[in-house]
Amino acid sequence: MPPNVLCIFVLLISTPIHAVTAYAADGGQIAANGNGRGAPACSACHGAHGEGQPDVANPRLAGLDSEYLIAQLNAFAEGSRDNEAMSPIAKALTPDERQAVAKFYAGSVPPKIEESHKADDKTIASGAALANRGDWSKGLPGCGQCHGPAGQGVGKTFPALAGQSAEYIMRQLKAWKDGKRTNDPLHLMTGISSKLSDDQIAAVAAYYASLPLAVRAAAKPLGSTP
Amino acid sequence: MSERRPDLRTWIAGVVFLGLAGFIGYKLPSSDTSKSAEPAIARPVASNAAENPTSAFVPPGDDKIPNNEFGDAVRLGEKIFHDTQGNAREFVGNSLQCANCHLDSGRLASAAPLWAAYVAYPAYRSKNEHVNTFEERLQGCFLYSMNGKAPAANDKVMVALESYAYFLAKGAVIGADLPGRGYPKLAHPAKLDYAHGQQVYAAKCGLCHGADGQGQSAADGSVVFPPLWGPRSFNWGAGMSSITNAAGFISANMPFSQGNTLTDTEAWDVASYMDSQERPQDPRFDGSVAETRKLHHDSPMDMYGQTVNGVVLGQNSPAAGPQP
Repeated sequence: MPPNVLCIFVLLISTPIHAVTAYAADGGQIAANGNGRGAPACSACHGAHGEGQPDVANPRLAGLDSEYLIAQLNAFAEGSRDNEAMSPIAKALTPDERQAVAKFYAGSVPPKIEESHKADDKTIASGAALANRGDWSKGLPGCGQCHGPAGQGVGKTFPALAGQSAEYIMRQLKAWKDGKRTNDPLHLMTGISSKLSDDQIAAVAAYYASLPLAVRAAAKPLGSTP
Repeated sequence: MSERRPDLRTWIAGVVFLGLAGFIGYKLPSSDTSKSAEPAIARPVASNAAENPTSAFVPPGDDKIPNNEFGDAVRLGEKIFHDTQGNAREFVGNSLQCANCHLDSGRLASAAPLWAAYVAYPAYRSKNEHVNTFEERLQGCFLYSMNGKAPAANDKVMVALESYAYFLAKGAVIGADLPGRGYPKLAHPAKLDYAHGQQVYAAKCGLCHGADGQGQSAADGSVVFPPLWGPRSFNWGAGMSSITNAAGFISANMPFSQGNTLTDTEAWDVASYMDSQERPQDPRFDGSVAETRKLHHDSPMDMYGQTVNGVVLGQNSPAAGPQP
């Protein structure tokens, strides 16, 4: 094929794609530079690839379900997640931009950032027991019974916990407990957090932070070979 | 180019509509005298152990499992119970785990605890019209609730499960009808409302079990929320296919972590909705749905053989047992 014909061919097939992307928000661009209308770069706090800054409770976003992330941005914007930093940012993002940036982070797979402070083995072990079995004397199921046995997350509602910042998990559980986060479907986490002691919160947060990242995928309907 | 703007209200409405909730299981009625299709009789509301925790027997903790051969069997039993798919796969024909219906791995009162069942056998069961040993009762779980096949009485899986149940029952009185046994018996409903059950399902159950009742699994394929009907759920011979059992389980334990929050009417109606869906055939099926209903499902609390939305339930059931 002569070069000029090839060029025309490439131009022809690529034109509609460019036409589409020209109108769609660019999630990677917003993550790196902000949207220029009040939303700063996400990467400043969440890391260039969404790996987070676990020591200062800036959560890992990479690999979380995109619909979950959109729901959180919406919650920050409408106030059911009360957060001084995130509320104005979420409000500054259009629905298209929220979707684009959520998809960008959902597809990102940076390595885990290890926290500088490591919990002791005993704390992690008690967190593991709570995460895997629960504390039924208080009517508490194991976290893994909804978030997946390896903390890998399930579907768009139950986010991955494995490898998440301990400080972040702890703050979220306390936010539910204190009524500062109310966007949990059926108020499941409001009920769960109300039954957790501070020690249990610290232990379960340390346990999930200690886990390796799990492979994430959207929940799938049960097939014939589970 | 499609309009891609996610609308906040639509999303929230979607979540609220999908609703959540828990499992639903499929455990055979703990009462040995009940058929899976037990006659609908008005019963007083049973005391619920979650509301009266002091009334329930407390099984020994894992730290009391001895470090010897018997302890090994107990630990294996607990593993099978918690992860039946991973540890007793050859006897399982669906996506369920024992612990889906027997919460806290068979420890929780009002969620068919093993310790209460263990001390209740041998016993006559009208379901099969003879005296059943505990082993036979366990085999029934595999055959019906797990839609699988029964392990032989001396199989390692059976030995482990019986050891685990025995361990949990340590200190319980043999022959006692312990508080917290089985599922609570709710007062008989004036009627069952399928449409209302469907609404309750959408609002409180679908979030976890899926709008289509087929459950949800994690990326690695591990089933997190069990399917409530369809080919990967319990079959028509399971105790949970009785609306009476399902309503009791749901009332005490669902939505997961929010037991005792539904009204009795909600529990009955959502149970009737769940048990009005198609599921694997009753292993006792003799070729005729009508005849099988007459023999094993003759109760208004059992939808097998009844017509729902123009279809006779049981008529299009997937075959019973593990499928290749």
